[in-house]
Amino acid sequence: MQLIRSETEAMLATSARKFFTVNSPLERVRALRDARDETGFSRELWAQMAELGWTGMLVPEEHEGMGMGMSELCVVLEEAGRALAPEPFLSTVLLSAQLIARAGTDEQKDRWLASVARGEATLALAHHERGARHARARVETTAARGEDGRWRVSGRKAQVEDGHVADALLVTARSAGAVDDPGGLCLFLVDREAPGVSVTRQRRVDERNIAIVELRDVELGDDALVGPAGAAASALEPVLDRATIGLCAEMLGSMTRAFEDTVAYLKERKQFGVPIGTFQALKHRAARLFMGLTLARSVVMAAARAADDDDASAEHVAAMASLCKARCSDCFLHVANEGVQLFGGVGMTDEYDIGLFLKRARVAEQTLGDAAWHRDRWARLIGF
Amino acid sequence: MTDLETFRLQTRAWLEDHAPASLRDAAESRGPGGFWGGRRAKDAPADERRWLEVMAERGWTAPTWPKAYGGGGLSAAEARVVDEERRRLQMPPPLVGFGLKMIGPTLLRFGTEAQKQEHIPKIVRGEIRWCQGYSEPGSGSDLASLQTRAVLEEGEYVINGQKVWTSYADQSDWIFCLVRTDPAAKKQAGITFILFDMDQPGITVRPIPLISGASPFCEVFFENARARPENVIHEVNAGWTVAKALLQHERAWIGELFAGSVAGAREELVGLAREYLGAPEGPIPDALTRDAITRVAMEEDAFLLTLERAAQLTRAAGGRPGPESSVLKTAGTELNQERCALAVQLAGPQALGWEGPGFTDRELTLARTWLRSRGNTIEGGTTEIQLNIIAKHVLGLPD
Ligand SMILES: Cc1cc2nc3c(=O)[nH]c(=O)nc-3n(C[C@H](O)[C@H](O)[C@H](O)COP(=O)(O)OP(=O)(O)OC[C@H]3O[C@@H](n4cnc5c(N)ncnc54)[C@H](O)[C@@H]3O)c2cc1C
Repeated sequence: MQLIRSETEAMLATSARKFFTVNSPLERVRALRDARDETGFSRELWAQMAELGWTGMLVPEEHEGMGMGMSELCVVLEEAGRALAPEPFLSTVLLSAQLIARAGTDEQKDRWLASVARGEATLALAHHERGARHARARVETTAARGEDGRWRVSGRKAQVEDGHVADALLVTARSAGAVDDPGGLCLFLVDREAPGVSVTRQRRVDERNIAIVELRDVELGDDALVGPAGAAASALEPVLDRATIGLCAEMLGSMTRAFEDTVAYLKERKQFGVPIGTFQALKHRAARLFMGLTLARSVVMAAARAADDDDASAEHVAAMASLCKARCSDCFLHVANEGVQLFGGVGMTDEYDIGLFLKRARVAEQTLGDAAWHRDRWARLIGF
Repeated sequence: MTDLETFRLQTRAWLEDHAPASLRDAAESRGPGGFWGGRRAKDAPADERRWLEVMAERGWTAPTWPKAYGGGGLSAAEARVVDEERRRLQMPPPLVGFGLKMIGPTLLRFGTEAQKQEHIPKIVRGEIRWCQGYSEPGSGSDLASLQTRAVLEEGEYVINGQKVWTSYADQSDWIFCLVRTDPAAKKQAGITFILFDMDQPGITVRPIPLISGASPFCEVFFENARARPENVIHEVNAGWTVAKALLQHERAWIGELFAGSVAGAREELVGLAREYLGAPEGPIPDALTRDAITRVAMEEDAFLLTLERAAQLTRAAGGRPGPESSVLKTAGTELNQERCALAVQLAGPQALGWEGPGFTDRELTLARTWLRSRGNTIEGGTTEIQLNIIAKHVLGLPD
């Protein structure tokens, strides 16, 4: 398995680094936050990224995408992570478009995939519910089929990434089974403006865009189903695993940036007449962080390659996703916690960027399963 | 079929014909990491000697070294194929040791043509076993303060002083040694890197027992020991440069060795848990124990991937390990320590035996292996020194 970047990937990394450095300084993230911007990200930048092919990387060529793999997308996501860019990669590119591409009907694909690739449509996965913690199958939202053959969906989804602007929502709802049962889950494509849908913006510590999605007797036909009724779990699993790997690539970029900023500060800040980076207690902590980052980079690279390997089993990709997310969750938090400590008092101020990374580290840790959840799952997949 | 695939099929066929059947599946069982060769290995089992002989004849003990010095002259990709096919047959490496992994690569880089002609073929054939004379009683981490003296008298260097912790000095034929040739110069500037034969009257070797009960390393005393000037590597008083380059090879090797000893951590630990916690199948019932095993097993996977990535990076950069080898050394050794400690914990009181009745053979290895593992973060430069190296040479933090 090739664990270093190909020439094309290296070139992509260089141009993505340039793009985000020029267009997405951290001030942009702050400005969006402070202005309580309604969209919460930049539609212009998203359109530019689409032109570069990034939003359609995973979209098949027949739907105007690039038909590329996770390895290439992870290169871009890592650079987005360095910039803490809030554009809707996770919600639209990694989760929703992939669900449609893998489980959707031809009509659904025609309607949405090219539009995602062009950077026009944003989509959101309305799956998580308050109280579910990390349990993937825990869904209380119900889907009842009436005598007229129409579905009525009711429930309340929380922390739906980009739910506030999404043109359509992919909603999970239960047509059968107990509340934790992976069987009995359905996936519906729902227009955000449909009667009975109400969306309320939420605010999270990292200021990424999330919303509560409330569904009250939302009436849908079979044409809204993505994949067969009751079988959504099997569509979700591989998509969640790949999205987890993508999130890890983003986290890797963020933690690398936070680390580099910290090392730069160790060289610049003086106390006792010398740079604080001369103190061995701090040197060793920095060296430990570097070790952690080195190992994290290896697993992210390997997981992306596994996701692109047609011969890899679903269990293997799932195990790699968990290996990666457990490590990245811990490592990012470690880097960010140490970063704040090594910056000293200014590390606690809103003015300094390290705090933005700490907040993002905590959110990313909790997104798509935390470290303990992934360790447990990994052990189960391996068989002990 | 690509050239490489053809090469693989040829290699496979050749190995099937030449690998002694008695050694198959022996990958784990003999010697630390494999066969160490040397003059004293004449009494080694015939199959091990035979395996070495057939591989050395093709230069496949050192597959990427130039043919001119007895190496295999293979590309990195071909060498990999040889390695993979050997593993497929579950054959141990034909030869391991300080010659192949430390002094050999260093000679290829710093040696004169005559020095390479003289020493490298013997390394490839495993005729000479080497030991490393760096540390002294007063000079460990602060290696450059070493005091062993070498004085040129009548065309020969006369050496006086003491080395310590010299691994396998009692079984080695030659030593690569750091000696002080200019006591007046700044400490790094007065050191010379020199090679000499251990079989001479001026050298006394005393093994030192370790806490694990083994005694792989020795004290070495020099009393008017002799070395020839043509065995000075690089310039006189420029030995520090050579010494540091060799250490990077050493650290990269320790990383590789740990890939060998670390691989299989998961199977070992899960096996111990099943046996000693009475959980023959399914999830291990004790959640804390299961999580402890999971952490080590995940670390193992991440470490092995990192090792592989580092090897690919090194190849892409032209073949020499950089200061990043300190990351591998530190991560690999700490992982091994965690694994060994957890193995002891899983077996519980049954892991505490030293010898004698009431313990299985397997149980009797657990505590000794754990004790030996504590040295992993000391040998080859301590963890603290590795962190210093990362901070300075990788991160550029100021002194
Ligand atoms: C199993 C084994 C095999 C070995 N084989 C060989 C061999 O074949 N040949 C050979 O030459 N040597 C060999 N060594 C020696 C080894 O390289 C030294 O033990 C090691 O470099 C440490 O030196 P020291 O023992 O003098 O400890 P010291 O240097 O005295 O260190 C004591 C403690 O102080 C710490 N310390 C020292 N300096 C610093 C610093 N600047 N910053 C922070 N902490 C510091 C160390 O990390 C350590 O914790 C072997 C050692 C072992 C355990």
